[in-house]
This record gives sequence, structure tokens and C-alpha cells, in this order.
Amino acid sequence: MAQSVLKVVDIKKSFAGVEALKGVSLEIAPGEIHCLAGENGCGKSTLIKIISGVYTADAGYIEFGGRSYQKITPIEAIMNGIQVIYQDFSIFPNLSVMENLAFNTELADKRVLVNRKRFRKIAEEAIAKIDFKVDLDAKVKDLSVADKQLVAISRALMFNAKLIIMDEPTTALTKKEVSALFKIILALKEQGISILFVSHKLNEVFEISERFTIIRSGEKIITGNTSDLDDKKFSYYMTGREFEDLSFTAKNVEEEPVLEVEDLSLGGCYENVSFSLRKGEILGITGLLGSGRTELALSLFGLKKADSGNIRINGKEVVLDSVAAAMENKIGYVPEDRLTEGLFLSRSIGENIIISDLNSLSGRAGVYDFKKKKSAINKWVKELAIATPDPDNACSTLSGGNQQRVVLAKWLARDLDVLILNGPTMGVDIGSKHDIHKILQSLAEKGLGIIIISDDLPEILQNCSHILIMKDGRVTARLDPKKIREKELSEYMM
Amino acid sequence: MVSKTLKKLTQRNEFYIFIVIMLLSVVIEIRSGQFFTPNNLVDIASALIVPGMFAIGAFMVIVSGGIDVSFPALASLSVYTATRILTDANYKGGMLLPILMVVAFGALLGALNGFFIAYLKLPTLIITLGTSSVFKGIMQGVLNSTQIATIPIGMKQFGLGALFVAENQSSGLTSRMPTAMIMLLAVLFIAYIVLRYTMYGRGLYAIGGNETSAYRAGFNVRAIKFMLYVSVGIVSSLAGLIRVCMMGQCHPTNMLGMEMMIIAGIVLGGTSISGGAGSLTGCMIGTILIVMVQNSLILLGVPTFWQGFFLGMLIILGTGISAMQVSRAGSRAFKKTAGEAAK
Repeated sequence: MAQSVLKVVDIKKSFAGVEALKGVSLEIAPGEIHCLAGENGCGKSTLIKIISGVYTADAGYIEFGGRSYQKITPIEAIMNGIQVIYQDFSIFPNLSVMENLAFNTELADKRVLVNRKRFRKIAEEAIAKIDFKVDLDAKVKDLSVADKQLVAISRALMFNAKLIIMDEPTTALTKKEVSALFKIILALKEQGISILFVSHKLNEVFEISERFTIIRSGEKIITGNTSDLDDKKFSYYMTGREFEDLSFTAKNVEEEPVLEVEDLSLGGCYENVSFSLRKGEILGITGLLGSGRTELALSLFGLKKADSGNIRINGKEVVLDSVAAAMENKIGYVPEDRLTEGLFLSRSIGENIIISDLNSLSGRAGVYDFKKKKSAINKWVKELAIATPDPDNACSTLSGGNQQRVVLAKWLARDLDVLILNGPTMGVDIGSKHDIHKILQSLAEKGLGIIIISDDLPEILQNCSHILIMKDGRVTARLDPKKIREKELSEYMM
Repeated sequence: MVSKTLKKLTQRNEFYIFIVIMLLSVVIEIRSGQFFTPNNLVDIASALIVPGMFAIGAFMVIVSGGIDVSFPALASLSVYTATRILTDANYKGGMLLPILMVVAFGALLGALNGFFIAYLKLPTLIITLGTSSVFKGIMQGVLNSTQIATIPIGMKQFGLGALFVAENQSSGLTSRMPTAMIMLLAVLFIAYIVLRYTMYGRGLYAIGGNETSAYRAGFNVRAIKFMLYVSVGIVSSLAGLIRVCMMGQCHPTNMLGMEMMIIAGIVLGGTSISGGAGSLTGCMIGTILIVMVQNSLILLGVPTFWQGFFLGMLIILGTGISAMQVSRAGSRAFKKTAGEAAK
């Protein structure tokens, strides 16, 4: 093996007595695509911050191209060709693409004055490296997420980068954008640049990386070649748990549909969508971003009223023109972005759980009954196994998976007929994802009608009793998950 | 090409505020016949000097993502202290010493703001609400401030100094264009250069856009912020000094409460209150509108107590229009990406 680009040896780090890293080692060869995986909170972000010089390790050392460091500063890391692309891309949304690209170089050169010609030259060179076409004068906030990421990548390449660390780069990307990103990563590999790809999505790990390292609770579990890895092993290394296969088969399906949608249309979003859902079923709706799937969900929850078509609940025609109307008809909605749309992060877990059900927890005068409140909260924390020492803690203290359970509990506290979930396990780690699927399946069994909107195809295949494919606002296929494979499914979407 | 430029123009807040200014001028002209007279225009320009300078400082703070409400109190304290010392010492000299003194006091008080905000990382609004009260307290309590009716002769002469005098032919009224106008123009010019052509100025925008990113990109965020508040202290104190010179007396509480009007002008001019976006042109146009409304309602025969009402309406309308544009642009962008994805 050629001399490694980066070698991390026996790194230890504690925060306030809690060991975040308990002696982790990692080695990356030139031109290698290495995947660093682990559940949320396993220590992988801490490791990245130590490599990039943001934190100093308590013990152990780092080697760049043969030179070893006990501790390094962010500048030294950059000088050694280490570049980190953070999840938020570290960009300036209010400024032009040109400035975003040129700032780092100009600051590294300790420039005092701005020279727009030089800025433009730097920016042009940067985007040329990955053949990225973009209007340099556009404001970054007007770009798509994928383009924002390309801005961050081109910027990273300008410092003779030898190793680019990408922190969960695919979180906000659509399938198409992910494959475009992978092409760029492969092109970088050609140029001899190593990539440390941080992810907990196993299909990505398989697709892109040659070698992998899995960290669990601050310890390195395994390093190896991706070709030796399979689904089962991956989940096991990540969580230390064995998972049974959870293929869903609808039982206890009622005869009469609880929700019927007929020729529903909303201008510019979706057209002539029809389907029906019976209690006990899980309907999967999938399609690319912009296929109208999210807008359809919003219409069913009264947030975007449809222009034409009918919606029937339990055989009765209803108008869903507000959230209140949807709730009256016992429809619940778990939004795509739980952080900004689904939760009051700074309020307590308990308060978040009961927020949709305040009326039934209050007495006659509208004053709310603390005893009832407490028992309702405890019931849901227990039922959904929300991992918290105290439901009075702020919701922001929970991990992604547990937050998603709180959103679920919030709706289950009401007596629902239909629950719509948009991307129910986005950004949730494997263990929690498995648990959430289990919860959803048992809810369906207990007689809830569930709609899952997702572009996570394995999720759709595993959990749904039937699948609708949407494309350009129309339903283009109705499929039975038992008779179709992931690959065919993704072909239907394109 | 022309239509593209026009379209770009109509998306900017400055453009609408400019139209409002034009309309307002015409209305006032029609009602009073006094607006486009040389002396009225000079009066407005002269009334713009102090708010204009305050606005430049406050604007830079807003661009960096903070809201400073302490500048009138800061200016009052540093100018009062300087004037009190000079009067007590029976100072007979020119403007140089007073200027140096307020610059020193302004920098010192600004550094206090800067220390709390940049080094202790506390929110600007909270800190400046606090220091604003502290400054007032020092002035009125510790220094036991009273009105200084006769200011040093040099300051008085500077306040009376005129670049030129404009005369209204019909009424015979005259107005002086104060020498201090040069200071506003100088500060404006320097701010323009700094914001546009220095890494320091771009750093302010970068910090206002995303402070963490600015730090990661290599901006010295602490130093930039600290220097910002020192310079705002200096510029505000200079504005205060000009005010005292032009009035010919030092009234310690006279400037207090101006902060809301100034911030309103800046926001009217299209500056984003959450930081990172806005132009110096917009900031000045917004301030001009505020000054015009204050000065010209009298010409319209509108009782002065309606001033607040009109200013309030302007702020609601002005910020409302831009908020609406933002949401319209947002839905357009959504449709665009949805359309592209569909392709």
C-alpha cells in the first residue's frame, strides 16, 4: 500500500467526563473512497473535528503524509490538504457564488482589498475543476441544494486538497442529484484525491465506497473492504443488534375504504389523482422530488386546498380546506422536516406529545388537567419507547429517531383514522428506523389507515401493502410490493 | 437588455422607496408650492446630516446581523462629556480638539459594546439595550448632566458655517447648507469603499449571512465585530458633535429615542433586519424618506402629532411590500425547481 494520506492512531477524546472516542484508529490511502459509518452520537463527528483541527484529542496522534501531529490547528489541517464539507456546506446564502468561492483563497492570502477581477478568476478556476456550470453572479440562496453542495466542493478543491471529508453529503439530495454527486466523487478519485464519506445510509456505502470503518459508541468496530459487507452485517456492526425481517402484510383490513380520493387536482402540482385506502393498509406513495407527492400530502392535510376532485372519508364527502378540517376528519400528518414543521424543539418532550390533543386533556372551563396530562405523556413515552430520562427535557435533547417518535406520539394521542407520513425516517439511524417501521406496522394492524410518502425505496417495499408511483403530478403506476424489486421500482420513477 | 435592467430594478426595495419619495415630493409641491424651492431642499439636506451619519453606523451593524440601539445614548454621552470638559476649560480653539475628543470617547464606548458582543458573544440587541441605559445613567447620574447653553466658540462657528446659502425668491427665506455636510459625504464615501472594496466590509456581509461559515472561511470574526462597534461609536459620536454644533447648545437628552426612526429608515431602504443583505444606497434613501416626512408634513399643513402615524404607516407599507416580494420570489423559485425536476 502506498503511503497513506491520513493516519489516525488511537485517538481518545472526552467531553466533561463522557468518553466520546475510546481509542479510534483510521487509515486512508491516496485516491481511496472510504466510508465512515455509525449511528447518531457514535463519535464520528467528533473524529472529523479532531482530524480537521477543530478539537484537540486527549490522546493518540494524527499522521499526514508521514508527519505526525499530537494536535493540529484548522489552518495546519488545510495546509496538509484536508478539507471538510460540512452538512450545512458553510456557505454564505446572501452573497454571490463568486464571493463564496473566492473568500477562502483571498483570506488565506491575507488580502485586505477586494478585486472583483481576481475574485472572478479564482471562482472560474474553482468551478472548472469539477466542470460545474453556474452563474457566478447568482446569489447562493437562489441555488438548489445540489448546486450549493457543488459550490462547497469546488471551494474545497482549491487548496490542493488531498482528502475531502464529506459529512452526510446526501441528506438533502434527490436520487438524481446523488448520482451526479457520486460521479464527481469518482472523478476526484481519478485525480488521486481521497474521500472520507460519512454516512449511515447503507445503499450509499455499498455504491460508492471501497473501504469502510464503522464506529459504535466511540469505539471502532471494524474496518474492511465494502465488498465483504452485506445488509445484515452492516446493520449489526452499526447497532450491535440483530434485526428480524419486517416485511409487511396487511391483516385486519376493513372492507369499506376509510379514505377515497377521486380525480384530485391542484394546478401546477398534481392532476387527476385517485386512490383509496382502507383501515389496516399502508399505502406507499413515491416519486422524484417535484412529482407532486408532497403537495398531495399537504392537500390531504388541508394545507393546500385542491382545485378539483373529491375526497371521501368513511364514504362521506369532505372539504379539506384547513388543518382544523383535516383534524376534525381524524387525519394526521407527519411532515418531511420535523425540526421546523413538526416539533417545538425548545419545549419539553411531554408538551410536544400532547400539543394536538389539548382539548381532551382540559376540563370544562378549558383549564387543563395536570393529572390527565401526566398520565397521557407517560403512556406515550412508554408505548413508543422514547429514550429519555425525563419527559420534561427539551425535545432538542433527543436523537433524530426519538424526535420522530415524539411526532408520532403527538398524533397517536389523538384518535386518528388516517395518518400521513412524509419521509418518516429521513435522517434517522438504522436502529430507530427499524423501530419506527415496527410501530407503523403494528398501528396498521390495530386498524389505522397509513400513507407513507418516501423516496427510500426499501422502506416503501418493506412496509407498504400497495404502492402508487407519481411522476410529473400524475399517478403513473400502481404496484404490489410483493411482486416487484427495488430496481424495477426506481425505473418506474424515472 | 433594457427590460432586464428594469426588471432587476423593480425587484429592489430602493426603487419603490425612491418612487414614494418622488410621489411625496409632488404631493407636497402641489399642496404647498414650497417643496421644490431651493431653501426647502437645502433644509432637508441639512436635516439629513445627523440622521444620515447615525444610519450609516446602524446600517453596518444590521448588515453584520445585529441591531444596535445604543448609538444615540453613546453619542449623547461622548459629546456631552467633551463639551462639558471644553466649556469648563474655557476652550477658545477650533474644531480639531473637539473632534479628537469625541472620536476618543466614541471609540472607548464603542469598544465597550464591542467587547461584550464580539468577545463574550452576547446578542447585540440585548447588550446595546443595556449599555444604552448605562450610558444614559452615567450622563444623567454620575455627570449630573444639564443643558449647556453656550458651547465653545469654535464649535458654534463650525455649526454656523455654510457651504452656500440658498434663497427662496418668492418668500425671501434663506437656508444655509452647513459645512458639516462634508462630514456626512466623507463618512458615506468611506463606508461605501469599505463595504464594497475591502475584505473587512465583505466580512461584515459574510458574518451577517452565516457567522459559523465566516469563521470557517478564515474571517477573524471577533476582530471584525470589535472594530465594527468601535467605528460605529466614532461615527455616532461625530454625528452627535455635529448636532450640538448646529444647534449651538448641548442638550443631553435631545438625541435619545432617535434609534427607532433610524432603524426604520434602514429597513425601509431594503436592508434585511436579520442581516447579510442591504445596500448603503437603500439605507440613505430610506433615511431621506423618513427625514422628508418629518420635515414636510408641516408644509402640507398636517398637525405635527400625525407625524408618528405617517411614519408608522410608511414602515408597515415599506417592509410589507418587500416581505410580499420575498414570498412571491420564493413561490416562483419553487415552481421553477419543481418544473425543472419534472423535466
